[in-house]
Amino acid sequence: MSDVSHSQIVRDGLWVNNPAFVQLLGLCPTLAVTSTVVNAIGLGLATTLTLASSNAMVSLVRNQVRNEIRIPVFVLIIASIVTAIELLMNAFFHDLYNVLGIFIPLIVTNCAIIGRAEAFASKTTVDRAALDGLMMGFGFTAALVMLGSMREILGTGTLFDNAELLFGSGAAGLTVTFNPDYGGFLLALLPPGAFIGLGLLIAGKNLIDARITARARLAPKTGAAEAA
Amino acid sequence: MTDQSTNKDPSLLRSALVAAGVLALFGMIGVGLVASIASGTAKRIAENERLATLRNLHELIDEDTYDNDIFTDVTNVADLQLLGSRDPLPVYRARREGGPVALVMTAIAPDGYNGRIKLLIGIDYSGTVRGVRVLDHHETPGLGDGIELEKSNWILGFVDKSLTSPVKAKWAVRKDGGIFDQFTGATITPRAVVKAVRHALEYYELRRDQLFTVNPEIAK
Repeated sequence: MSDVSHSQIVRDGLWVNNPAFVQLLGLCPTLAVTSTVVNAIGLGLATTLTLASSNAMVSLVRNQVRNEIRIPVFVLIIASIVTAIELLMNAFFHDLYNVLGIFIPLIVTNCAIIGRAEAFASKTTVDRAALDGLMMGFGFTAALVMLGSMREILGTGTLFDNAELLFGSGAAGLTVTFNPDYGGFLLALLPPGAFIGLGLLIAGKNLIDARITARARLAPKTGAAEAA
Repeated sequence: MTDQSTNKDPSLLRSALVAAGVLALFGMIGVGLVASIASGTAKRIAENERLATLRNLHELIDEDTYDNDIFTDVTNVADLQLLGSRDPLPVYRARREGGPVALVMTAIAPDGYNGRIKLLIGIDYSGTVRGVRVLDHHETPGLGDGIELEKSNWILGFVDKSLTSPVKAKWAVRKDGGIFDQFTGATITPRAVVKAVRHALEYYELRRDQLFTVNPEIAK
């Protein structure tokens, strides 16, 4: 495990082993908060911060913690980090904190986090663990943002609505309204829309993956044909 | 056999104790981290909450119509029938030179389409509504959420209404013979809000002087 290259870690987190699209971990926040892009970015970044710091901490103590109590120790580490992040968000991003509500403390229960701690961080060096946390977090955030943009554009016809919650009052102008008379598409905003949207995105990713494999299989053949 | 088991027991105990010690140590480090951040951010969080509450209150009561500290001049009241809550809800009181100006009540419409709708209702001393805002609700997006000011102006329809204007029978949505609009495809939500506002006004009428005179408490 510890000899995984850094570029492999980056590729795994962002694409090959994306927590939301491939591991399908952390579905509850993925589906619940992605009705707008700003919510998606906010929760994505909070999760990324948690993943990176909990991975680093777990890797740091991996040789001091005996096997039988590793899971409770990981849980303690993750719970402390999430509580700290929750307090900091309440202090510095109060409005966003109110919007995301229960989903911030619920980061604790995001299986992606304990999953990475147990499956990766506890068996590798601190730099790899931290990088893995960061990349898994970015992969998760990217998935949330894609689903969020899709649902926000379809559901309310806007993009970056409420941007000031995240980026301060100066960002209020960031909001893009595509059609002021757009009546909205309710399904996209409701939970079924979230499931359908996620399903389409996963299908899209699998389609791209299949194309890549097909091309890779074709390439040597054409190479051989040219040679002949 | 007996030898082996007696030999093993102390080491098992020792290893269990070490494990417990390590776990306790991590627990303490975690508590220490959270406690230090909590005390470091407490002031800022309290200030954030104060500003957020004041922003809500100032939507309903003009800042220059009163001169007391409305955030701390609070009493808590509970009334299952009229305010929809067994738990005490805060009432913020605005005064000018000691005399009553207006108050902002919190009330709950228990019969929304998807559960409770929490309202903030500004009421003039004379009993006229200065404004209503929805603090929290779970109504269907696109249908019932027209009660939010960001979605529609419906909630502004309560401004300047009182128990005498319109008369009690007209405090209802149009479908029920009243003067308040319902939404297309959603009657239950506006009906619940109209009823809750009327009930809050009735509560106010019954207890007006008491609401303004009891000593301030800490907001619940």
